[in-house]
Amino acid sequence: MESLAMGGYGAYVWTCFGLAAVVLIINEWRVRARQEAVYKEIEVRIKALEDSA
Amino acid sequence: MWKWFHQLASPPHFYRIAPAFSTWLLLPGLALIAYGVYSGLFLAPMDYQQGDAFRIIYIHVPSAYLSLMAYMIVAVAGGIGLIWRMKLAHAVAASAAPLGAWFTFLALATGSIWGRPMWGTWWEWADPRMMSELILLFFYFGYMALRAAIDDTAKADKASALLALVGVVNVIIVHYSVEWWSSLHQGQTIMAEGGPAMDPGMLYPLLANIFGFTLLFGSLLLRRTRTEVLFRERRTRWVKEMILAPEGQS
Repeated sequence: MESLAMGGYGAYVWTCFGLAAVVLIINEWRVRARQEAVYKEIEVRIKALEDSA
Repeated sequence: MWKWFHQLASPPHFYRIAPAFSTWLLLPGLALIAYGVYSGLFLAPMDYQQGDAFRIIYIHVPSAYLSLMAYMIVAVAGGIGLIWRMKLAHAVAASAAPLGAWFTFLALATGSIWGRPMWGTWWEWADPRMMSELILLFFYFGYMALRAAIDDTAKADKASALLALVGVVNVIIVHYSVEWWSSLHQGQTIMAEGGPAMDPGMLYPLLANIFGFTLLFGSLLLRRTRTEVLFRERRTRWVKEMILAPEGQS
């Protein structure tokens, strides 16, 4: 518990580390979601064009 | 060498090799961050003036460093795109900007949280380091807003590259602000004259986090650029052939 309290600065220190984790997770998720969405959109368009040809 | 660069700049080649490079950056990056965070939080000695509050440095400095590095990537890649008309360079610039904005936000937020117990204030409007870093965030927002406002990708690439190049002046101001003007912000620690002004027990986790964050940033940038390349090339033959291939590489 003592190491979590960080000598009374725990709220400041843990908020910063938590914020960093959130920012990194959001970015990782956004990269994957965008790749999937773009690929899917192109795939649907190209397959629709192929089917209509 | 030139052949290798030329090949790397080819969108289909880049699209194929980016995932492997991204993984090579991501895994050591995560390992370095795991070491840096654990050592920074629990093993590094307490600062004699700031107590445990100094541990915020292990997030603040890597994100502040990346906020500047990402902007330089946006500007240099934009410049390369303008001069050599390299499509991949513009894709890199467009992909680096949102990442840079996130790390600038993180640097500002952690700096503000650190400032509250150390300086007695969340924010100081007259401080040159804080204000120039905030202006950096606005440059990122301006860059992204400009790109979003122009439908023609080629025109958006040119206009945003020019804006990015103008903003390099602010990056220089951010870097030297603590030397040029009186600031609440402390001066250089790692690049201090006469070597790093830190105990090795504090310094090594910080260096690990700086390199770890940089590798992670590189991994994210490669994958963001890969998606940007796919979107820009969506009407080309190689994308069509890749999508219709039986094994379909996503």
